[in-house]
This record gives sequence, structure tokens and C-alpha cells, in this order.
Amino acid sequence: MQSGSANNSTTEATFSVRANAGTALIELIGSWRAASVSALPSATHLIETIDAEKCTRWEFQPGADFAWDSACMTRLFLCARHCEQQNIEFDVSALPAGINKLLTVASAVKPQDKQDAARIGVLQRIRNGARSLKKYVVDFLGFVGAVILALIKLCSNRANMRARDFFYFVEQCGPQALGIVALIAVLVGMILAYLGSVQLRQFGAEVYVANLVTLGMVREMGALMTAVIMAGRTGAAYAAQLGTMQANEEIDAITTLGISPVEYLVLPRMLALVAVMPLLCIFADVLGLVGGALVATGMDVSFTQFISQARVSVGFDDIATGVFKSIVFAILIAIAGCQAGLQSGRSSAAVGQATTRAVVNAIVYLVIADAALNILYDKLQL
Amino acid sequence: MTNSSSDGGANAETNVIDVRDVTMRYGDRLIQSNLNFPIRRGDIFVIMGGSGCGKSTLLKHMIGLQQPAAGEILVEGKNFFTATPEQQLAMRRNWGITYQLGGLFSDLTLAENIAVPLQQYTQFSVAEIRDTAAYKLALVGLAGFDDFYPAEISGGMQKRAALARAIALDPELLFFDEPSAGLDPLSSQRLDELIVQIRESMGGTVVIVTHELASIFAIATNSVFLDADSKTQLDYGPPRELLHNSEHEVVRRFLARGEKP
Repeated sequence: MQSGSANNSTTEATFSVRANAGTALIELIGSWRAASVSALPSATHLIETIDAEKCTRWEFQPGADFAWDSACMTRLFLCARHCEQQNIEFDVSALPAGINKLLTVASAVKPQDKQDAARIGVLQRIRNGARSLKKYVVDFLGFVGAVILALIKLCSNRANMRARDFFYFVEQCGPQALGIVALIAVLVGMILAYLGSVQLRQFGAEVYVANLVTLGMVREMGALMTAVIMAGRTGAAYAAQLGTMQANEEIDAITTLGISPVEYLVLPRMLALVAVMPLLCIFADVLGLVGGALVATGMDVSFTQFISQARVSVGFDDIATGVFKSIVFAILIAIAGCQAGLQSGRSSAAVGQATTRAVVNAIVYLVIADAALNILYDKLQL
Repeated sequence: MTNSSSDGGANAETNVIDVRDVTMRYGDRLIQSNLNFPIRRGDIFVIMGGSGCGKSTLLKHMIGLQQPAAGEILVEGKNFFTATPEQQLAMRRNWGITYQLGGLFSDLTLAENIAVPLQQYTQFSVAEIRDTAAYKLALVGLAGFDDFYPAEISGGMQKRAALARAIALDPELLFFDEPSAGLDPLSSQRLDELIVQIRESMGGTVVIVTHELASIFAIATNSVFLDADSKTQLDYGPPRELLHNSEHEVVRRFLARGEKP
């Protein structure tokens, strides 16, 4: 493995082909090594040149200063494969023993046939698309069903859920999320106030900024922004945890121990989120108002005016609708995260995909649910 | 790097790796101490010992993933942790490593996995890299599996694919961490044969961490025994000699699988 003498390695790699009664004699001259790979004849060039002689037997011989490593082996290997396909006799017995041994090892196992991907027509594509959409819906409904069954078992106190897990996840997605929720809520409140005051000023109705911010935060933005944050923070974490457990066969272990993964893993996560999200939502509402008030006081609306306007603009109903939304969102985020995790593949790449899917699905669910709830509220005149 | 002169004559530097007074710790926990042994050029060297004695940890120290708490490990006369970044890169280029769980990149196909070291260290063209990957895969008996992802092949095939990646650059030093873990006896034997064949034809030194007796006796030319209780090396030498002549009963019993040798 020590390179021969150093000056050898500078000899240029060349080859010569002599055809003689159906036998091509190929002489490999110089250093056929990776270090000088740019100067090495390429495998295709080698094969084409020898093929031009139309011989039924290729015999390789070492020429002057012949030295080799894997770069040479790669070329010989491809020649050997070419010969096998074309029924040409391939002889390297004159080359060093190491080359012979490696070629024997390399051609010991028949190559696996490459399966050409079948051409897919348009109709087939549509059919495949419909099939994957159906699978998507069935998987989702199946998972929701499993969660409902687990909840029923929980109500009759037969579910395999550890209270400790529940409190652990409450801690994870509650107190530790306060900072980011506070930051976003204040900023959203400020944005709403700016947006409103610019429009309302045209009518001299700046004082109604308070109504706009309060209603906007309490009915809509508080719940929605908290949910988006939690989808990115907690939903992704759930998917990554469960996906890694799937890759480690931990989920298999839980299942074969006779414990339902949905009860044991999904329930505590979902319930923790359901317990925490309404509180985070109210927290976000309050801080949104603070943000709005900050902007409003900078715009000729006094703080007391702002507070009194805010108090008359919302009722208990408005707060309840926001809080109810956040509970629905919590369930959806947990479902998106846990489903992506539990149905993840078993490799690190698959865990990454599961995490992405968790966040994307969660946000889609959130927006759809939000729209549906708003229509519902409107019909019910809430 | 490869080739004819594997018998290379009397080399002034016959020790590829020198382990000197090495102590290994995880935080406060002592793993092994007072390790002292050389690995000679051309050896198939086995690091053996019971589960949890620090075999894999020692390997991680040799390949520069962890730093010894005391002492030093010289590879080709150089201490990895005091070497310059350029030297470290040069050292790593000469190493081929397979990990306990394979360590294949799961988002890359087998051919792309083998291409990673080639892209990192060579100026190979795209075609050259593709051809080299095809050859290395054929060498480990995976011809035609170029476009498969690691998750699509069996555990034994993953081990062999990891070997193909490890030998992509014709390394002078091959490290194996539990190559036969999780393999059936036949696959494990095939892998052992492959290691021997590749070493014989390309030269180089092989360091294997294992507790598989079959492998140890089949391929090892030299070995060291790490003990989990005394937390140090108990014995050093070819395993067949240790089986009968070791002064330590633990070593003899280990090699005789608990029976009287």
C-alpha cells in the first residue's frame, strides 16, 4: 500500500492495443492511479478503443512502470462487465495478483437487474393522485377514530396513559412557550392598531382602534397566532419525537407490549396541549391589547379611553368563541403532529419529512377549521 | 496507496497506531485506563472484550471523535488532537470507517453515499465517481444496487454498503465497529472474508471492534483484550495464543466461551 517509488507516479498512463487472430492484446503502461486521474483514459474511451478491434478475447498485460489502484480497478471492472455482456473472453491473468483477486470478488455476485421505472400515463397519474388522496383521508379519519376510542377508554379510566407524561408535556408546551407567545401577541396587537388607526383616522374615529384591536385579538388573532406558534413549536416536536421512536423501533416495542401507542403516546400530548392552549390564548389576548394600547396612546387616544372602549366592545361570548377556537386548534395540532410521527418512515430522512408534514398539515387544518368556525359563529349569531 | 507492494519490505515505521498511557472517561465515569499497545502495519487487529468495556469508545478515540482524558494515540506517528487542520484532513483521508449502525446517509442512494468521500477528497468527474461507486458496490457484492436507498436493503447489505463507502478512497487504515452485529453467521462470515480479501489485495491495516469469537479466530492476526471490571487492558497478542497461554483466566474463558480451554 505504500506507493512504490515516488517518481513512478508521475509516469503518464497510456495503453496500446494490438489485435492478433481475434485476440486483443492490451498493454497498460504507466501509473494508473487516482492521483493522476484526470490524465487517465476514461473507461468509455478504453472500451470503445478496444472494441474497435472487434476481437473475441481481451488480454491485458502490464507495461512499463505499471502501477495501479482503485482508479485502474474501476476501468478493468467496467471492461470485464462489458466483455460479459458481449460474450468476449476477458483475461487479466498477466496483471498483478491483487487485481485478479479483486476482480474475482467484484464479479462474484451477479448484478441486480435495474428495474426501469415504467412510463406513467396521464390517466395513471390521475388515478395515483386520487388513490393517495383517498389514503390521506382514510389515514386521517382512522387516526382521529383511534384517538376518540382512546379518549373513551380514558373516560372509563381504562386507558394506558401515565399522568406523569401529561404533566411533563404541559410543562413543555405551556410555561416554556410563554416568551415567544408574548412577543408575537404584542407585535400582532401593535400591527392591528396601526392598520386600524390609519383607516379610522380618515373618519375621525380613531378611538375605535380599541374596539378593532380587542375584537380582533379576542375573537381571531389570539387563538390563531398562538396556534400557529404551537404548530411550529410543539406539533413539530411531537412529530420528531414519535418519528424517532418509530425509527428506533420503540413504537413496535410499545405495541408488542400490548400498549396502544395512541393511548400511551398521543393522549398525554394531546391533552396537555388542550389544557394549555386556552390559557395561552387568553394570555395572548391580554398582551395583544397591551400592544394595541401602546400604539394607540401614541396616536391621541388616551390609555383610559382605550380601556373603556375595549371593555364595552367585548362580551363574554367573544372571549368564549376565541377560547373554544383554541381548544379545537389544540386538538388539530396534536393530531397533525402525532399522526405524522406515528406514520413516519424508519430513517432519519423520513423523520425530517414527518416533521415537515406535521407543521404543514397543522397549519392547513387550522385555517380550514378557523374558516368553518367563523361561518358557524355567524350562522349562530354568536 | 494500494497495490503490489503491500508486503512493502521492512518499513522503518512498523507501528501504524500507537496507544500510549491512554485513559478514557465519560465525564467523571472512568471507562478504561493505562492502555498501552501498538498496532503493526498490515495487521488485522481486534479490540475485544465484554459488552460495555469501552471497545467502541477506544475506536472513537482512535478516529479522533473523542479525546483521551490522559495519554495520547499516535496514528502514523501523529497525534490527531495536536495536528493542524490540514494534517487532520490528510489523516482522515487515509481512514475508512464503518459504524455500528452502518452510518449510511439515509437520504442518499448507495451510489451517492459512496460519492460523498470521493467528492470531498478527489477531483473525480461525475462519470468517474459513478463508475467508481459501481465498482466498489460490486466489490462488496452489491452490483446493481446503485440507486437503492439504505432503507430499501437488508441489514447485512447495509453493512456491506457501509464497507463500500469506507473503501471508496482506498484507505490505508480501515476501522470497523462491530461489523457483524445483527448479522446471521453466514452473512457475518461473508463480511469477514470480504474484509480479509480486500485487505490482502489492497494492503493496509484493519482495526476491528468485536466480541464475535468466530470472527476473532477467523481473521485476527493480533488483538488486545479490554476488561470491564479492572478497567484496563488485560492482554495483548494473537487471539489463538491468548486462548491457551493468557495469564488471565478472564481472557481464556472469554475466548473459550466460558468453557475450559
